Amino acid sequence: MPGAISIRGLTKSYAGRNAVDGLDLDIDVGECFALLGPNGAGKTTTVEIAEGFRARDAGEVRVLGTDPHGAGLEWRNRVGIVLQSTGGLDLLTPREALASTAKAYSHPHAVGDVLASVGLDDKADTRIVGLSGGQRRRLDVALGIVGRPELLFLDEPTTGFDPQARRDFWDLIRSLAAEGTTILLTTHYLDEAEHLADRVGVIAAGRLLALDTPEALGGRSAEEATVTWEEGGIRHSVATATPTAEVARLAARMPGGEVPALTVTRPSLEDTYLAMIAPHVAHDAHDAHATDARTEVTA
Amino acid sequence: MSALALGLDRTLLELKMYSREKEAVFFSFLFPILLLALFSVIFGSQFDGADGGMTAGGYFLPGMLSAGVLLTSFQTMAMSVTVERDDGTLKRLRATPMPPVAYFFGKVGLVAVSSTVQVALLLLVARLAFGVELPSTADRWAVFALVFVLGVFGGTVLGVAYSSMATARTVGAVVLGPMLVLQFISGVYIAFDDVPQWLQQVASLFPLKWIAQGMRSVFFPEQLAAAEMAGSWETGRTALVLFAWAVGGLVVCALTFKWFKRGTT
Repeated sequence: MPGAISIRGLTKSYAGRNAVDGLDLDIDVGECFALLGPNGAGKTTTVEIAEGFRARDAGEVRVLGTDPHGAGLEWRNRVGIVLQSTGGLDLLTPREALASTAKAYSHPHAVGDVLASVGLDDKADTRIVGLSGGQRRRLDVALGIVGRPELLFLDEPTTGFDPQARRDFWDLIRSLAAEGTTILLTTHYLDEAEHLADRVGVIAAGRLLALDTPEALGGRSAEEATVTWEEGGIRHSVATATPTAEVARLAARMPGGEVPALTVTRPSLEDTYLAMIAPHVAHDAHDAHATDARTEVTA
Repeated sequence: MSALALGLDRTLLELKMYSREKEAVFFSFLFPILLLALFSVIFGSQFDGADGGMTAGGYFLPGMLSAGVLLTSFQTMAMSVTVERDDGTLKRLRATPMPPVAYFFGKVGLVAVSSTVQVALLLLVARLAFGVELPSTADRWAVFALVFVLGVFGGTVLGVAYSSMATARTVGAVVLGPMLVLQFISGVYIAFDDVPQWLQQVASLFPLKWIAQGMRSVFFPEQLAAAEMAGSWETGRTALVLFAWAVGGLVVCALTFKWFKRGTT
């Protein structure tokens, strides 16, 4: 079965600097894939090329079997894009905006169903200008999914959300993934990638640095775990490759078999990620800033 | 849905948004009507009986019709397309399978409806509130229809073309400044024969002067043709100039229209 997205040797440069530098990436049908990377890593450029919004300098790109550059409306009918922010709809209601967008697609969802699935039914007939940031973002997603896309691009979907809104949003994305929608997610939040993604790709300096499940990224599942506990009012900690055995030994030693304030931790995805991109962030600080400015106008 | 059906749907959506934007309704839709009322009241005493029975309302009506054409077509398009390009509306539409032509259809539909209703209101107010005599011959109404349609269509495509020169931040100054100058030198607010000849020549390069002149030929008494630059109404040349501007605007649109902000593709 051909992948949903297949990228080979993708290259794109701005003013002589390669923003994307020979990138290879395959995303399977039905997969939720998170693309991580510091600002200026080539993330936005890669995604915009896959969305058909940017031309590339070199390389092969197939999205749903079609070259997105100059792909027609037939292809757009199968792809949903949730951009970084949606303006220009303030004077409409969510129902009006969705109904109008749905008409462009051949097999759209019912507007009422989409409103319900993003939790906007009680705001369906309120002017969009009066919606909160989180509600607007859910409307952005609603606009991206109303056409029943096979592939959904999600660009930093939860920036500015409160914790509860993020959890609700994650549930929504998981239910889309469960229905078989392929999702390409870009995010700065490592916990978001960890919760949602089947696989994570880390991109820096225009190349793919690592590609794995969130649990195994950078070999962190194989690294030593840290076991900590309290004994006699003092905090103890031990790094070990066999944390289960360590905990069993402690439990046997403690009165009542209960280890006070026990924790077992592995390097978080964030620790692994930060260590991975550290050399690129320091080195590319100036360029990253330049690309930042460009990313901003895209928003 | 077909491109035509989507275009009609876009038209309804555009009208909905336009009518909900109170600033747009006031400054582009009602403004010429308010100005006509204002000028009629302020200058009323200077016109009674003079110029073969012409009233202040009758004197200013052609100018206000011209201003209305400019506002509802050029200003509305230049401002809305600029803002929609900047705030990502155009990019979002481009991300859907909507045929691009449906977007322009919606814009043309919005301008056609809003300018037609505005003109009807202007004529109604002029006739009923200020007793302006409206033309009674089919000839004159035919010239009116020609100038109105060419003016509105030209203003629409030129507004879309002009939108590429502005950003949401600068749109107020970049659009409104030149428009104000053009209205003053084109005989919209002040009599065209009061404008120095060299400025008249400058104004003649732009379509607004020809719209205003065409409107005067419809609503002014025949003998006032002598006060025009050429000593006649120049109806044929008016149609030609407006047609040329409309076609030129269309070509510029086709060559320069961008769905994304500068520097983002």
